[in-house]
Amino acid sequence: MDRKGLFMAIMTGAQILIECLKREGVEVMFGYPGGVVLPIFDVLYDAKLKFILTRHEQGAAHAADGYARATGKVGVCLSTSGPGATNLVTGIANAYMDSIPMVAITGQVKTFLIGNDAFQESDVTGITRPITKHNYLVKDVKDLARTIREAFYIASTGRPGPVVIDLPVDVQTSKTEFIWPEEIRIRSYQPTMEGHPGQIKKAAKMIEKAKKPILYVGGGVISSGASEQLKALAEKNQLPVTTTFMGIGAFPGEHTLCLGMLGMHGTAYANHAIMDSDLIVAIGARFDDRVTGRIDAFAPGAKIIHIDIDPTSISKNIRVDVPIVGDAKEVLRDLIGYIKKSPDIKMWLGQIEKWRKEFPLTYKHDDKLRPQFVIEKIRELTGGDAIIATEVGQNQMWSCLFYQHNQPRTWISSGGLGTMGFGLPAAIGAQIGRPEKVVFDIAGDGSIQMNIQELATAVFNKLPVKIAILNNGYLGMVRQWQELFYNKRYSSTPLKNPDFVKLAEAYGAKGLRVTRKDEVAPAIKEALATDNVVMIDFVVEPEENVFPMVPAGEALNRMLGGMA
Amino acid sequence: MKHTISILVENKFGVLARVAGLFSARGYNIDSLTVSETQDSAISRMTVVVNASDEQVLEQIKKQLNKLIDVITIIDFTKKDYIERELVFVKISVDKKDFVRLKKVIGRAKASVLVRKEDFCIVELVADQEHLNNFLGQLKDFKLVELVRSGRIAIAK
Ligand SMILES: Cc1cc2nc3c(=O)[nH]c(=O)nc-3n(C[C@H](O)[C@H](O)[C@H](O)COP(=O)(O)OP(=O)(O)OC[C@H]3O[C@@H](n4cnc5c(N)ncnc54)[C@H](O)[C@@H]3O)c2cc1C
Ligand SMILES: Cc1ncc(C[n+]2csc(CCOP(=O)(O)OP(=O)(O)O)c2C)c(N)n1
Ligand SMILES: [Mg+2]
Repeated sequence: MDRKGLFMAIMTGAQILIECLKREGVEVMFGYPGGVVLPIFDVLYDAKLKFILTRHEQGAAHAADGYARATGKVGVCLSTSGPGATNLVTGIANAYMDSIPMVAITGQVKTFLIGNDAFQESDVTGITRPITKHNYLVKDVKDLARTIREAFYIASTGRPGPVVIDLPVDVQTSKTEFIWPEEIRIRSYQPTMEGHPGQIKKAAKMIEKAKKPILYVGGGVISSGASEQLKALAEKNQLPVTTTFMGIGAFPGEHTLCLGMLGMHGTAYANHAIMDSDLIVAIGARFDDRVTGRIDAFAPGAKIIHIDIDPTSISKNIRVDVPIVGDAKEVLRDLIGYIKKSPDIKMWLGQIEKWRKEFPLTYKHDDKLRPQFVIEKIRELTGGDAIIATEVGQNQMWSCLFYQHNQPRTWISSGGLGTMGFGLPAAIGAQIGRPEKVVFDIAGDGSIQMNIQELATAVFNKLPVKIAILNNGYLGMVRQWQELFYNKRYSSTPLKNPDFVKLAEAYGAKGLRVTRKDEVAPAIKEALATDNVVMIDFVVEPEENVFPMVPAGEALNRMLGGMA
Repeated sequence: MKHTISILVENKFGVLARVAGLFSARGYNIDSLTVSETQDSAISRMTVVVNASDEQVLEQIKKQLNKLIDVITIIDFTKKDYIERELVFVKISVDKKDFVRLKKVIGRAKASVLVRKEDFCIVELVADQEHLNNFLGQLKDFKLVELVRSGRIAIAK
């Protein structure tokens, strides 16, 4: 049906949209119908493209995001104009902050009504401009196929990100000849893939000579698919590795060279190591303020090599010595080749081991039901091989610290925006993308209620997602700050929660409640053996804190807790 | 320090909003901004004068601009050999006596009088910043009714 095909097809905009999605390899779309997308839904009615009806457009955006994180493919969501589109906004911003490839399609009022305050009109390109990698308003059906092609190309290449296509209803119904653009080239958009050889050689020399080097690894290694190269670089040269929150899973969490996460809630040994290092090799990480702590006190003795596909990430917060713009995978491959001899760093590794012993990651082991214990048990009983989505807050921090991930794309959590309500819909998207995997949403009792309606989506679509609520009866992370910095004045943080077991049952899911340590393993086992959505209400210690913790604006080695 | 940057962009709907939005969202100050077509009708040129506190901020502005999908290239004139000009219109309230004095200032500055009415005149000057500011400084003694500046444009030699 393309140019080379037997005949030219005249199609409506809605048909072209669905045809293009199929050709882009889209298997599933998440969304919600409404007035101005009726032509699209009519085509979807008998199209061979799976459509998942969420119960809120925010859920659709997060599900598309979770799908993208779990599979590496572009997540696609669809909404109507006005309120449908504005409901997507949080999800789009979330994907933008974490550089997740997504295409969001929004219906729009008829082209000639745009700007007239028409019913359910909102300026979607205007609203989403600062939270998208790019966006389009398609005014002519002839531009549609090329626009969709460009949108997928932009979303998935370079530094990935969300792209919005705003599609007026009359464009959906207008007809044109369908022409599939085989090739896509945008003169003003050409991401640099290969790093500059001179810079890479310089970096290699610096690594050879380093006394206290550390690899600081971020989400870019996952989006690049560079885990293998990273492992080779680290193992060949015995370089210790710390990952950011977004880099979790890029390097095996159980590896002897892995120091876990650094930053505000990172391990003490990772923070000490980076602060004391003399060479930081940053790979697809963006020196976020949660990572650097007080910026002028960050790693004072270190030279910095920064590998990143996005030039704006380099020398944005921290001035670097050797910038290398390029794709992590390609640059690492070259870098490994250029390193002629491994640095002599036995003393450094010894020092790191000392820190590891001195400041281990731990919590109080008594007979109380503590959230960290729940996560450790989930890890044990899933063999460390589950996909873990999380909500936001303490539940999220304990999850990154106590569920060591060995594989990329198994850690699905909102990092840059920190969006409560992300976990459940993201877990749904992940389960659809990876049906063979066990998918857990580790949740807080506050966050889970922000998109609880998606239980209906999971049950209806027979997605066996497991939800572990770490029910502390508080907006725990905020309460922790109030405890530490506001004299325990718990303003608007205690929660009066619904009965989560009954709630699960009302949605047709299984609900379980656990109040004692010895009930934890049996409940998790039961959940794993159940072919339905299971929500476990773990009633945990209410005032447990996340430690270690670097107070905001402090130097990274000024940690509270976890020191002793 | 002020920097003149020329941005070549796709002549598409919404591009100005993208560029302007970037400056406002990231807190960069724009001194002036001009937009117009180029010899290629598919490409527009924006000439922006930005006030960047240091080299790192300037670098970041350029990188962020480059990252916009519709931006084709950026020319930073800071370290280049270039010509820049700005057009100003000044409406000045003058009586006959003052006008004689004004004419001298105008003559020295090579500005021209476009309109002369009973009690006011409109003066035009195309010049670089130094010359322009000099001229405007000399107008301090007169009663300025309105000052209209086009914003700078620049071209590399
Ligand atoms: C409550 C809370 C607490 C948090 N505490 C911490 C904490 O203690 N520690 C922590 O680390 N984070 C923490 N975060 C997360 C933090 O906010 C940031 O999201 C995170 O640090 C960013 O990770 P990153 O630097 O890997 O960047 P990402 O956001 O993953 O960005 C990826 C980088 O890689 C680049 N890139 C993309 N693709 C490629 C490619 N192919 N090749 C090369 N480069 C590429 C991008 O340009 C970008 O610069 C917390 C979040 C929350 C909500
Ligand atoms: C949408 C949204 N609103 C507010 C916040 C601020 N916030 C961060 S953590 C948190 C508390 C989360 O409570 P809960 O889900 O119970 O998790 P806990 O910290 O108790 O594990 C809040 C309110 C946020 N991150 N996202
Ligand atoms: Mg809570």
